Amino acid sequence: MIEPVSEDAVLITLAQAIDDTLPARIAGHADNIRRAGFQWLVDIVPSYTTLMVVYDPLIIDFRRVVSGLRPLIELDTSCEQAPTLVGRLVELPVYYSTETGPDLQWLASESGLDCQEVIRRHSAVEYRVHALGFAPGFAFMGQVDPAIAAPRKTSPRKRVPAGSVGIANRQTAVYPQASPGGWQLIGRCPTPLFDPIKLSLLKVGDRVRFTPITREAFLAAGGELTP
Amino acid sequence: MSFLEVVRPGAQSTVQDSGRRGYRHHGLAAGGALDLISYCWANKLLDNPRNAACLEIVLGGFHGIARGSLQIAITGAATSVTINGQPVDQWQTLNLNDGDELAIGHSGRHRLIYLALAGGLDSPEQFGSRSVVVREKLDGRGPVQAGDRLAPLQPRQQVPERTVPDHHRPDLGEETVIRLIPGYQHPQFQRADIIRLTTSSYTVGDQSDRMGFRLQGTPLSSPPPGIISEGIAQGSVQIPGDGQPIVLLNDCQTIGGYPKPGVVPALDCGLLAQQLPGAGVRFELCDLATAQNQRRLFELHYQNTRWCRSGQALEWL
Repeated sequence: MIEPVSEDAVLITLAQAIDDTLPARIAGHADNIRRAGFQWLVDIVPSYTTLMVVYDPLIIDFRRVVSGLRPLIELDTSCEQAPTLVGRLVELPVYYSTETGPDLQWLASESGLDCQEVIRRHSAVEYRVHALGFAPGFAFMGQVDPAIAAPRKTSPRKRVPAGSVGIANRQTAVYPQASPGGWQLIGRCPTPLFDPIKLSLLKVGDRVRFTPITREAFLAAGGELTP
Repeated sequence: MSFLEVVRPGAQSTVQDSGRRGYRHHGLAAGGALDLISYCWANKLLDNPRNAACLEIVLGGFHGIARGSLQIAITGAATSVTINGQPVDQWQTLNLNDGDELAIGHSGRHRLIYLALAGGLDSPEQFGSRSVVVREKLDGRGPVQAGDRLAPLQPRQQVPERTVPDHHRPDLGEETVIRLIPGYQHPQFQRADIIRLTTSSYTVGDQSDRMGFRLQGTPLSSPPPGIISEGIAQGSVQIPGDGQPIVLLNDCQTIGGYPKPGVVPALDCGLLAQQLPGAGVRFELCDLATAQNQRRLFELHYQNTRWCRSGQALEWL
């Protein structure tokens, strides 16, 4: 379904509920729209179940944008055939600890597990990037093991250090820059998630695996322990 | 090389152009001048490119000293502007000589003042734009500081004296009417709530900034629950649980999960962004084709007109 949103955007809705096959399909559609070479294309903003397509309203009106996009969305099935094969695998090292994850202990007792088991479960799953937003390079990944899913903090922290790895319900993410934030923090990743030249490390449809590393390896990789 | 040395930057003055294109999927905000009409006319006065960077000054209070001669223009919110203590008008070309002191007073009734330099403002380009999105804190870029040098990107000859005709200036009247293009989530709202939204008077809330303007008034009684986060178009009106609308502006986040009864067109977002806390605002329904046509006419006028010799009017090419 494609609907006009504003004077310069339309929204393509692919599903009514979140599921793990959608990020790959959505990434596939985004690639196809980019490859079509529309002169009027300004941006594509993929999210959990939708793609917002931003266009230049000075050279085209919304009716022709919708009719230009419709065949690509309706006819394209290539990216639906093997969704699990699409998407690059990105490994992110994480120093899980109470030192870098102020909520690790709380999360463990809340879920009736020990810290080692929380770490094992968080790093055992291959996640999918469902959406980017909130801040430059901030990737929403799913789905976290239900045993360690935890709601956001009722009162967000004023400052979450860059690289912090957090959980919010069944989503997980790494904060690319220091910012306010309400996710439950369990560790820290030394890999830069956003670079002004190379932009966001992660994109919608990517697969992500977290690898536990030691304090020494974290520091050697450029990680910082500043609170 | 001539430049304007910043003595006092004012509460918050940032470099803005038309904003970033094509970076929202990295989570980067679009940025860009909030009041499109005032921003464009500051550039048009000086024959600058449509996308040239200007200084967006919030609430005034800016002081600078010219080092070398410069041609500038000041548009946007009405305020007192002086050169060496002598009052000068906004919405016209102004010439500064070496050592001239430019003072832009505090704007009493509206929010945004635009200062353009002939040749456009030189500033580092990032993500295809010179716009600074303060909340992203990237590369330490932020508002201009005392001591900064505002220099023209492409120094060039002065243009003749010009004044923007009154009817081209933004209509910042008593009560601001901003149009609302009903969106695809519109049917999810109760009819009574849509009537409430389009017939009530709202006031601009204190917590309004470049990310969004919070409006206060009769709350919508039963806004639909949150939706799955999706891309946010600039000007989107989102209704959180308290039923009070937030109009999202240029520095807003790229995705969000509040339901949206519609979107405010860019030209009207500029009128809203000019309002101070406490100002009255009303919504009026508008169709997408009308908003799109009006925007296109505005841009075509910029691209396809030139100043008459009098400097007081424009003619189509």
